[in-house]
Amino acid sequence: MANLRDHMGRPIVAVTGIGVVTSLGVGKSDNWAALTSGKSGIHPITRFPIDQLNTRISGMVDFLPSSSKGASPLTYELAELAGLEAVSEAGLDSSDFGGPLFLASPPVELDWAERFSLYNSDKDKDDTAAERLLRVARSLKELDIFETTQFGSIAGRLADRLGTRGLPITLSTACASGATAIQLGVEAIRRGECDRALSIGADGSATAEALIRFSLLSALSTHNDIPEKASKPFSRDRDGFVLAEGSGALVLESLETALARGATILGVLGGCGEKADDFHRTRSKPDASPAIAAVRAALVDAGLGEDEIDYVNAHGTSTPENDKMEHLALSTVFGERIGSMPVSSNKSMIGHTLSAAGAVEAAFSLMTMRESVIPPTINYDNPDPAIVLDVVPNKKRNAEVRTVLSSSFGFGGQNTCLVMAREPV
Amino acid sequence: MSSPRDVVISGIGLVSSLGEGPDAHWQKLAQPGPRPVLEATRFAPYTVHPLPEIDWNLQIAKRGDQRQMETWQRLGTYAAGLALDDAGIKGNDELCATMDMVVAAGGGERDEAVDAAILAASESRNDRDVLLNEKLTTELRPTLFLAQLSNLLAGNISIVHKVTGSSRTFMGEEGAGVAAVETAAARIRSGQSTHILVGGAFQTEHSDMLLGYELAGYLHRGPWKPVWQRQGTEGGGVVTGSGGAFLVLEQREHAMSRGRKIYAELGPVVSGRARRPRGELDAEIAALLKQAALPNGKLLTLSGASGAHAATTAEKAALDANPAIAARGFSTLTGHMKEAQFPFAVALAALAVDRKAAYPVFDAAAETPFEGVPQSVLATAIGYHQFEGMALVNAA
Repeated sequence: MANLRDHMGRPIVAVTGIGVVTSLGVGKSDNWAALTSGKSGIHPITRFPIDQLNTRISGMVDFLPSSSKGASPLTYELAELAGLEAVSEAGLDSSDFGGPLFLASPPVELDWAERFSLYNSDKDKDDTAAERLLRVARSLKELDIFETTQFGSIAGRLADRLGTRGLPITLSTACASGATAIQLGVEAIRRGECDRALSIGADGSATAEALIRFSLLSALSTHNDIPEKASKPFSRDRDGFVLAEGSGALVLESLETALARGATILGVLGGCGEKADDFHRTRSKPDASPAIAAVRAALVDAGLGEDEIDYVNAHGTSTPENDKMEHLALSTVFGERIGSMPVSSNKSMIGHTLSAAGAVEAAFSLMTMRESVIPPTINYDNPDPAIVLDVVPNKKRNAEVRTVLSSSFGFGGQNTCLVMAREPV
Repeated sequence: MSSPRDVVISGIGLVSSLGEGPDAHWQKLAQPGPRPVLEATRFAPYTVHPLPEIDWNLQIAKRGDQRQMETWQRLGTYAAGLALDDAGIKGNDELCATMDMVVAAGGGERDEAVDAAILAASESRNDRDVLLNEKLTTELRPTLFLAQLSNLLAGNISIVHKVTGSSRTFMGEEGAGVAAVETAAARIRSGQSTHILVGGAFQTEHSDMLLGYELAGYLHRGPWKPVWQRQGTEGGGVVTGSGGAFLVLEQREHAMSRGRKIYAELGPVVSGRARRPRGELDAEIAALLKQAALPNGKLLTLSGASGAHAATTAEKAALDANPAIAARGFSTLTGHMKEAQFPFAVALAALAVDRKAAYPVFDAAAETPFEGVPQSVLATAIGYHQFEGMALVNAA
């Protein structure tokens, strides 16, 4: 008889379904094959013209029907695909999931295509642009454009499609959003509010304006010439992250109900930790203390010591600042052991999927444990001498992995870490 | 029966066209015949309830911090500071560093001048995507992005007020405010947290914020009317207002051990999502009223009704069907504050419980008087387009 409660007497939270979409493809199987063969999904931008842009590469998902339809439709499709894969793997009814939905997704705005079309559909020259948009807006007969501007609409559509229960929560903790969505699901199950929850992180918001905004903050790599080499976490010549899209979904379920219905247990969500940073809007506290606190909080929550983590799925964005800070945080928490612990970054291959990243990387962390294969950090040709880590350079590694720490850090002082285990402890 | 793990409200921060702080709001709203502050010309044909005069320095000491934000984030950071001050937490490093935070947020303000220039140029150009690149790469202020990001209201609260236990941002119009309060309360009840800052802000005085409603024709046009009297008038019934509402929710034992004033106890917080196109809204509101465990006797109700025709009609019918309910549609006086609407409703409910008095009618034609001391007050937010929530606020 398995132990159904964790070290704090809370229901153990199992993962019974996983879904993922990245620039490498749709679904776990294609993604895993590419990821473990060190293949990059980073490619030249074709969705919009690249005139004037310093960054001309990305990890956009360009192969879906909604890929050219704007941020909201694409984010929805990404979320739906990952959600369906996860729910179907869990063996649950994909139109009647029966638990709450937690969706990490990017903030929405009226797309420029719509802005242009509304503005140019009326030629009254006497009013301001704002007045004209409002005047045209109120005569619209369809709700399609309106829905793309409502922050709750993607989750609302998903709730209809997947049959989730109650008011769906849409959240943003910037680049930690995917991890927060999982944390919210874990907490809801632990509190006994539900037996299962669906946590999805999805981001299809790589528009020209998004790219330009990040570019103006000097956050993006400009290594355009060989796109697949641009994302190089922990390398000396790393120069920014690569903007990307994707989605990850987990079906979370109390171990008790999962076992009772005979579900396959794909892993355990053992601990979640978070800590906000008050230092700066985009930069982390130089001593990395909030990231350190988030890692430690996740370990405490999971009831595991520092020596009980086998592998770190790093945030590893490939920005000069993040990777340095992350190394400081990990080496502070894990001490000398960090030099011999595998620490790899999926972002070297898929780029930074922003709101989806925490969920995508949790999905890959769980697969790492199940498959006993650690995906590599590719493009590691020029190690940063200040960052001494075993980054699983360039080639996958076969290894028994019982536990994983997955880190997510974001603008606005967001730090969220997840601890996952292969088996219920 | 009170319990040490009850959720209590120990701090309130409010800003609206009526003023700032719980006292100012009580004074304005408790007087018979309160009058709204209206701005009918700047955004004509729309009327809005504008922000009052605010000295940002009082809650955001550093000019550098103020410059990094636009009005929406400043407003939220300011209202959050008021709540922290009110709860005796502001400046207490230990309490701030262990304080959790759930913010209900939309997005920040775009640069209207840049957008207008791009749109004007688009009239004579067909290569609009290239035009976008040209203009955005040269004319956008780099830091404006941060002023637009939804989670950067919480980020600014961390920076300015040092609230760093945890930071989560929920999105989704009124539903975000409902879920924020509901989640915060659940965390305290389960012992996951001892004190949480929760709330939101909405800055309506920007054309994009109006556009967010008007793309579905939700805004009221023409002469202003109270929120219950907009059926059959021109437009969609919503009159918006700028404002913010933050609450400090605290475990009863934690608040008492600090010797803090407790405004009220936060009882059940319930939420739902009716599939409105299938006609489920009436049943959903009825179900939520049932789940909110309404007490016997007269019940003062702070309704967040937006004025949106369908939603407000449904809510009005459900409230009218229960003769014990005396509703106060506060949007009549503040306008609709979107993400901040539900935290605002809960704050006004807590104030009435604390002051042991009901608000007079805000609209004599549609509301009924409430005599006596309200022991429990209901707060509602039935979204103008989607999502529903309620909370029962009880005497401390």
